[in-house]
Amino acid sequence: MLDDYYRQYGLVLMLTGAAIVVPLSMLMMSRMAQMFHIRPHKPSPVKSDIYECGMETIGGRWVQFNFRYYLFALLFLVFDVTAIFIYPWAIKLRELGDDALFTMMAFIGILAVGWAYAWRKGAFEWK
Amino acid sequence: MESSFDKNALFANLNDIYLDLLPESLSWLAYFGTGFTIVIILVNAVLMLTAFGTYMERRVLGRFQTRLGPNRVGPFGLLQPLADLLKLITKEDLRPDSADRLTFFLAPVLMVTSMLVVVAVVPFGKDSFLADLNIGVLFLVGIPTIATVAMFLGGWGSGNRFALLGAARAVAMLISYEVPMIVSLAGILILAGSMSLVDVVEAQSLPFILLQPLGFFVFIVAASAEMNRSPFDLMEAESELTAGFHTEFSGMRFGLLQLAEFGEVVVTSAILATLFLRGWENPFIPADWQQVLPPQVWLIGKILFFMLIFTWIRATLPRMRIDQVMAFAWKVLLPLALINMFVTAVLVVAWPDPTYTQLWIMVGVNWAVAAGCLIGFSLALDKHRVNPTDSVKLMQIPTEVS
Repeated sequence: MLDDYYRQYGLVLMLTGAAIVVPLSMLMMSRMAQMFHIRPHKPSPVKSDIYECGMETIGGRWVQFNFRYYLFALLFLVFDVTAIFIYPWAIKLRELGDDALFTMMAFIGILAVGWAYAWRKGAFEWK
Repeated sequence: MESSFDKNALFANLNDIYLDLLPESLSWLAYFGTGFTIVIILVNAVLMLTAFGTYMERRVLGRFQTRLGPNRVGPFGLLQPLADLLKLITKEDLRPDSADRLTFFLAPVLMVTSMLVVVAVVPFGKDSFLADLNIGVLFLVGIPTIATVAMFLGGWGSGNRFALLGAARAVAMLISYEVPMIVSLAGILILAGSMSLVDVVEAQSLPFILLQPLGFFVFIVAASAEMNRSPFDLMEAESELTAGFHTEFSGMRFGLLQLAEFGEVVVTSAILATLFLRGWENPFIPADWQQVLPPQVWLIGKILFFMLIFTWIRATLPRMRIDQVMAFAWKVLLPLALINMFVTAVLVVAWPDPTYTQLWIMVGVNWAVAAGCLIGFSLALDKHRVNPTDSVKLMQIPTEVS
């Protein structure tokens, strides 16, 4: 028999399977309704145009626009990786005691300097 | 090492029933049979609660706006979700010519999947759960991020400018609120000493909402941003972006996106109930109240309570502006979450094994810190607020356009 550890994940995998089957079966039901002529299917150029404001779309589908979010992505990366350090530390803090606490304070302190620098440079502002 | 698998009494009992039914040679099937039984119970519970949630939200919102809400289909309008489903299934399936077929198809499916998978780790009774993963809390904050990917797939795949803009906003906002959400749960991990949700529920001799008021505040705000709910629903701001990333979705695909959105409310309420309100146990302190109601009823009651709170927030608060939203995550929520984490850490290091009195002192300290931080940050933010009486100044046309 499989190891218990993997059997847990087998159950999660079963739920994942069910969670994929549920939306797919709903889409299938909708498709079957079309087969039995319950659901209409009358395509036309107007219907399959994208929605913008009612007029015909001018220009390409994918346009360039000012993408202001890359700074947030960088910051997110920094702090999300921090979470990887914080979580194991948080679990074991009771046993590790004050040494671990001061280490984490120094670590977050260094990060906080970077965070303050980003704030100062206006990374959190909408320019 | 003691396996957490043995603790799962529900699994063991169901497994015995299946073993009795099956012949000796097919005993390996019992594992799958048991697993699928629990999976079907869970999925159905979430979907039924979601259906009820849409009905409850519309009724409660109606009352907030001094109207009745849906009350025609069935008794008190209770069959309204069924009518909605039938209507969505029989709607014509429209896909714009410019859409990318694969991503357009994947987006709604992935949204629903990521919403449903999260409930795998939520315990719903004494020793009854699907899987007691030792990374439970990480699972809770990790899996919903797939919805972000799905959102961008949908927005990009529609081939619509509004959708693409909405998706870009959504991604920027969701990743910003991911950070305070993750850090706000660190306080709980420090107190519980485990990431398994079963252990977190058992560690709550006091409900963690008392010990972690600041963490609760940060988590509920960040979670409502993760769910794209008001006041953070600006990736589907009608006045700016038509409908954001799901502009082009119609029929059952749109239905799936809505299902995912309302389902996330149910799932997040379940998470909040488990992490902060003792999960399936009674939320009150006397332990002899345990037998008053079965654990599943306690859990569903708490889920409905949090769903009501989310509806209330939606009815009360207006939508925020995108720059306010982004600044709020980084300037307010992240420091608050870190303060919460370090206050908890200091208290736990000071009293690794707190007595009942010390626990209540921790409650007092945490509430004092929470109140001080919230008032302090509110005052600091208030300085930058534009006074409504200065409207004359706002009306002036800027001489220099930057």
